[in-house]
Amino acid sequence: MGEFKVHRVRFFDYMPSGIRCMAFNQRTERLALARLDGTVEIFNFSDRYFQEKVIPGNDARSVEAICWVANRLFTTGLNGEITEYDLENLCPKYSVDAFGGPIWTVACNALGTHLAVGCEDGSVKLFEVLPEKIRFEKNLDRQKGRILSLSWHPSGTRIVAGSLDVINIFDVQSGHMMQRMLVDRGTVNSRTRECVVWSVFFLSDFTIISGDSSGKVQIWDSHTGTLNKAHLVSKWDVLALSLSQDESSLLAGTSEGTVVQFQFLSPTLGASEKEWVRTRTFKHHTHDVRAVAEIGTAVVSGGVDTQLVVRPLLDKVDVKSYDTGLRKIQFPHRPLVSCAAKAGLLLFQFPVQLELWRLGEGEGPGRPGHSLIVTRKPEKLLQLKRKGEDHICCSAISPCGSWVVYSTVSSIRLHRLQYDGSNISIAKVPRLPKVLRSAHQLCFSADSSRLFVASSRSTVHVIALSQSECKYLHTFKSSSGSTEPMHLLAASADGRWLAAANRACEVHVYNVRSRKPHCIVPLYGSCPTAMAIHPSTNNLLMVHADQLIFEYSIEEKQYTDWSRRVQKEGLHRLWLERDTPVTGVTFNPSNASQFLLHDTYMFCIVDQRLPLPDQKAQLYNQLTLKSLSEQDRKSYSHAFKFCKKYQPLLCVSVLEDQSVVVVERPLLDIATQLPAPVRQKKFAT
Amino acid sequence: MEAPAEIRVVRCGGSRITFRKAVFTLDSKFLLCPSGDAIKVFSSSTEECVHVLQGHANLVTGIVLNPSNHLQVYSCSLDGTVKLWDFTDGILIKTYVVGPSIFSIHVSKKHDGVVFLVVPMASNKSQEVYQLVALHLPRSPGQEVEAKEMSAVICDISPLPRAISFGREGEYIASAKGVQLSVYFFRKQKEYRFSLKATDKKGAKNSFTCVSCHPEDDCIATGHADGKIRLWRNFNQKKEYTYSTEQWHHSAVAALTFSPQGTKLLSGGTESVLVQWHYGAVTKKDFLPRLGSAIEHISVSPDGALYCTSHRDNKVIVIQSSLKVSAIIQGLVTGDDVQTELLIDPRTKALVLNGKPGHLQFYSLHRDKQLYNLDIVQQEYIHESGLRQYGVVQAAFDSDGTWLATVEERAEEDGGVDVSLKLWAFSEAAHSFQLNTTIYMPHEGHICSMCFRDGGETTTLVTTGRDGHFKAWVLAEDTDTQGISSHWSCEFVGDYHLLTPSACCFSADGSLLAVSFREVVTVWRPGTWELLATFSQPPGDIRDLCFGRLGCSKFLLGTTTEGVLCCWNLLTCSVEWSTALDVILLQSDPLSDNMAAFSAAAGSTDLFVFKPSEPRPLYSQKAVSSGVVRRAVFAPRQEALQSCEESAQWLNRSRLYFLSDNMDLMTFSIKSEEDRILASSKQLVVDDSVALTPFCLLLGKHRQAQRNEQDPLCEQVAARTQLPQRSTAVRELLHTPAHVLPPASHLCTMFVNSLLISKPGVRGAQESEEEDMESEKEEEMGESEEEMESRDAAGRPAIQNEAADGTASLSKSQERELRQIRKADFSWVSAALDC
Repeated sequence: MGEFKVHRVRFFDYMPSGIRCMAFNQRTERLALARLDGTVEIFNFSDRYFQEKVIPGNDARSVEAICWVANRLFTTGLNGEITEYDLENLCPKYSVDAFGGPIWTVACNALGTHLAVGCEDGSVKLFEVLPEKIRFEKNLDRQKGRILSLSWHPSGTRIVAGSLDVINIFDVQSGHMMQRMLVDRGTVNSRTRECVVWSVFFLSDFTIISGDSSGKVQIWDSHTGTLNKAHLVSKWDVLALSLSQDESSLLAGTSEGTVVQFQFLSPTLGASEKEWVRTRTFKHHTHDVRAVAEIGTAVVSGGVDTQLVVRPLLDKVDVKSYDTGLRKIQFPHRPLVSCAAKAGLLLFQFPVQLELWRLGEGEGPGRPGHSLIVTRKPEKLLQLKRKGEDHICCSAISPCGSWVVYSTVSSIRLHRLQYDGSNISIAKVPRLPKVLRSAHQLCFSADSSRLFVASSRSTVHVIALSQSECKYLHTFKSSSGSTEPMHLLAASADGRWLAAANRACEVHVYNVRSRKPHCIVPLYGSCPTAMAIHPSTNNLLMVHADQLIFEYSIEEKQYTDWSRRVQKEGLHRLWLERDTPVTGVTFNPSNASQFLLHDTYMFCIVDQRLPLPDQKAQLYNQLTLKSLSEQDRKSYSHAFKFCKKYQPLLCVSVLEDQSVVVVERPLLDIATQLPAPVRQKKFAT
Repeated sequence: MEAPAEIRVVRCGGSRITFRKAVFTLDSKFLLCPSGDAIKVFSSSTEECVHVLQGHANLVTGIVLNPSNHLQVYSCSLDGTVKLWDFTDGILIKTYVVGPSIFSIHVSKKHDGVVFLVVPMASNKSQEVYQLVALHLPRSPGQEVEAKEMSAVICDISPLPRAISFGREGEYIASAKGVQLSVYFFRKQKEYRFSLKATDKKGAKNSFTCVSCHPEDDCIATGHADGKIRLWRNFNQKKEYTYSTEQWHHSAVAALTFSPQGTKLLSGGTESVLVQWHYGAVTKKDFLPRLGSAIEHISVSPDGALYCTSHRDNKVIVIQSSLKVSAIIQGLVTGDDVQTELLIDPRTKALVLNGKPGHLQFYSLHRDKQLYNLDIVQQEYIHESGLRQYGVVQAAFDSDGTWLATVEERAEEDGGVDVSLKLWAFSEAAHSFQLNTTIYMPHEGHICSMCFRDGGETTTLVTTGRDGHFKAWVLAEDTDTQGISSHWSCEFVGDYHLLTPSACCFSADGSLLAVSFREVVTVWRPGTWELLATFSQPPGDIRDLCFGRLGCSKFLLGTTTEGVLCCWNLLTCSVEWSTALDVILLQSDPLSDNMAAFSAAAGSTDLFVFKPSEPRPLYSQKAVSSGVVRRAVFAPRQEALQSCEESAQWLNRSRLYFLSDNMDLMTFSIKSEEDRILASSKQLVVDDSVALTPFCLLLGKHRQAQRNEQDPLCEQVAARTQLPQRSTAVRELLHTPAHVLPPASHLCTMFVNSLLISKPGVRGAQESEEEDMESEKEEEMGESEEEMESRDAAGRPAIQNEAADGTASLSKSQERELRQIRKADFSWVSAALDC
């Protein structure tokens, strides 16, 4: 398949942020997730858990609670504001100050007409949800102690609020308190510490379920204000609860990293009387589980250990398939690394800064599988801090290595880089064209003379770059009228073509020279996760979230024969059942028929001349091939060749000198940077 | 010589009482344990064995209370029968002959007249596949009934009873095998199967070990090989079933039981800790640790007040629900390996062998009860495999039981061995053995054998070691600041051509010591330690040495590894006779001149009993036991038998016990003796409201004696009537279960007769009350025999007893005189002597 010199890069200190809260929208099957740094991410659960949208965070904004109202997303935070997001432009739409101090929780009623927020000063405030805005309606009776959790009764007439040591029930109409239930502080932690009711739920049968800092999940009768049952779940806190839509299952996330399931079952089979019974315990986390979501068919949990875990409930699925496997989502489904192929430079994107590294050099002809002696160590050339409070949402380095561009939600900054091997100088390009306000994706042309900026409303701006100035040339507008953000850009090597994919799964091809839209690739139901244009044949290669591969001939405006063959024969089952989406496509410059794909756990070389593996063939067959004779090898070999040596992968790209750069981020390094988990007694220690 | 039919190899007690779950009776007063071929009824408060229900011809594999009559119990056995017993009276009511071997039995209240049995599947005998069948018990009146009406319920299940449990009100039955749980609903006749993965990524071993169903809720608790406990719910659905997992045990959960009210869940395993989980709040649990040995079964009394755990070391512990141990019933501990010889303690006549790790147990064969444990190693035993810990490997008593020598060993990591020899003196004050001397490393390496010198003025111990020496140890007195104390020290170290000694043996009178060095037997004179003679019988090394006893004390017998049994005459110093017989075990009877030799033949062991002086064996039997007999011993009888059969005479004074390959203690019994036991076992209990214990009998006697004193008239009336005593007849009529009573027409006359007032005063009132008591008791014995032999009330059994005594038959008056003399104070004699 060819031999490569590999730069194994492990100096990208990417540190994902912990998960703070999440909300699942059952209707659109989108999970909204907020991280501790204020980033909001949206995962499409109907499209292989693909991370569809990322709204970058802001230093001034923290997210404490998140809530869907129909298709609108609201968050509240410690800055005391309620924020609604613009999901098309991936930025906050507006913020409303509730004037109650930090807001710990937000809840929407079943009809979606009102939001209730719980504030630090002990007040519960109701907001009316109007088109394009929200309006303050009234305060409920103010109590002592901050409100940490809220839940509406499905009828919308009552609200239960969890506070310190107490759970209050309010009548929405009058705003008066109806019941006050004291929560036991428990003996586990000292009695002098207040019991924090972290989460509370109001069920349609007027049962209230609460989870608190003394490790109890308690079931209350709201009519009488009495405790029905207390389940001691953890020695530490119960941080999050989640109720299934049909109110038959409840999840509790604890500080010990466990998620405990409760089910509403009748103690005797066939009887109608039911009670909440503790059933399963899931342990997929090492740290606090800050957020859980019961989505009917699966348990979704996330916490301080930064990973999102989707654990399907096998009793709710009919057939064993791709969806029934356990899934851990640790890394973003978008590239954070850009590589200057000609200059041998790597640009790492962090939320608050960019880092530019020069790759090291190795010596001598090495044997396959062995490492070379490093003659020149990799070197960090530059650390570029972002301006303002917004986090960086995308960045790019030109192939020649002389331009660096990044964007936040409010501005784009372009820098010119001069590097002669020892000295480096950087200069901000002063006057950018006015159209460049913010970008969803940035891309340079192969000769570094053009910068493509995917901007709001599915537009792509073309900027001409030269030594003296940068000039706005043209704006490609979406011909389909879609306003979804563009998330992928690919420019052809000859500078003629530009492909742009948006979140509505559309892939537009523009002719850069004639400044005209060329065509739209036939719409496919799954979002493209990676694409690239072949340098010699100008075929557009796309990989979608459901792992299918398409090759589209731009010039002929149709799928290539190879692509049709792939569709006809189908891809191997093991290929389709892989966990993570393909996040990078590159071509082998020495062999035009080969291209490289990578996801988090492997990269593979696909040879278009070889036959595709049929369903019965062994997909991972390199070891078997090695043991066969030359003649047999031919009959057994197929198009896919895998390399799983480097894990987890964040980037694979091919440099001009035929060497491959792989950027790894070992999970252990992430784990060591996490705060210490709560102390737990382990057996035999 | 063909073995006479009347000598049989039997399990003699000491069999496992923890083979299956013990069962509490409804009133929790008694505990029923299957024990070998019999069922033992223990009193749960006094630990005493009240009855032994004998009748099965093979291992009893399960007992359950009859759900429709709580005074009856069903038992099943490998002999293919189900028997119904009345355990209060110890009577077999009915036998249902099923056919195939039965591995466990289950009943439920809902299924009246049906028992559920686990039997091997008939279709494939090669693999051990079992099925659960429902057996409809026929209602025919006969004693022994063929029961063939069976219907299969679940196929392919585990034969262990702990893997099957009836659910709430008998609506369903849950059974587990491997990683599969099956639940069968009787009403819908539908079976649900739930599987777990055999292993998962975390290395959990998910296979089921035991199952228990909640009595009121639909919840099944299962125990697993990795110590997890799962609580299953909603199991009437194929997919939406659910379970929760709890873990405390670190190794497999061996037993799991819900309390009858369902509020508690009890579990146990190798950890020897009883864990009590609170149903509904599983994070709350109580523990009863340090139960001594791995828990194998747990049962709960029907009122939930008592728990009972069965342990691997053949122990049953009765525990109150407040987790306080209230009674311990200890059987004979036979672990995987008995390293010491079987010994008889000369004082208590108890069998002594390895018990708990690091202990010697004293087990009374007569009462089938453990007397006590002697801690030899005196170190905490750690329940973990792979640890090198001290174990007792040898023990020896001197002739009168005042000294006990023990050897303990621990293998070192470098292949060496850590040995210490301990000598224990019997202390009258403490009534136990107390450590006198510890000799660390008496030999370089293992000790091969050890024996005490029986006769002679000084007690001498001889040990032979792997280092090529044999050493003689004597008790030496030394004076220190505390005063005079005596300790053991080495007197003589002997060797012979640097060969390794193996066996050693003193002659009965202690005048000669024989030590074997490979193929050479050397004879030494103790005291002066001069070498008197050497014998040799090549080829083959000497394995066992034994001096003849009593009339044959001039003979020395030896066995060699090459399969020769050789007898030397010590007077002529020549071989008297030798025979080619591969003897693996040679034992001499201390009370007679008989010797027993076990020889290994293909797959089994043969027994020969012979006198060294006679050419023909007294008794021989082929294949007394399958596999190799590990240990054997002659135990003296309490009272000698008078056997008429020539071939059985060797069993008159002592019984031969041996440990079979699978650690069962077996013995030989004579038919006449068996008959006698069987007859006595059929007697009715004096009063079935009180557990029959010696203490109770004593009290009862006392009370009855008092009453008799107060009411001589009544007593005389009773004594005079030829018919059974009045009170007994009435009592029996009222208290015996109706189904075991003879027809009413029989009883009527007896009953009416007993109501008649007869004239007092024929029998002399001068007889002591004690004697009356005895005769009364014998009367009862007499009646209980169903044939109702007409014989005089006091006469025959007494004669029989005297005849059986044989050696010294004293009349009653003489005996009383003796007793009085014994009671008299003779301290003045010693006082006089002191002066």
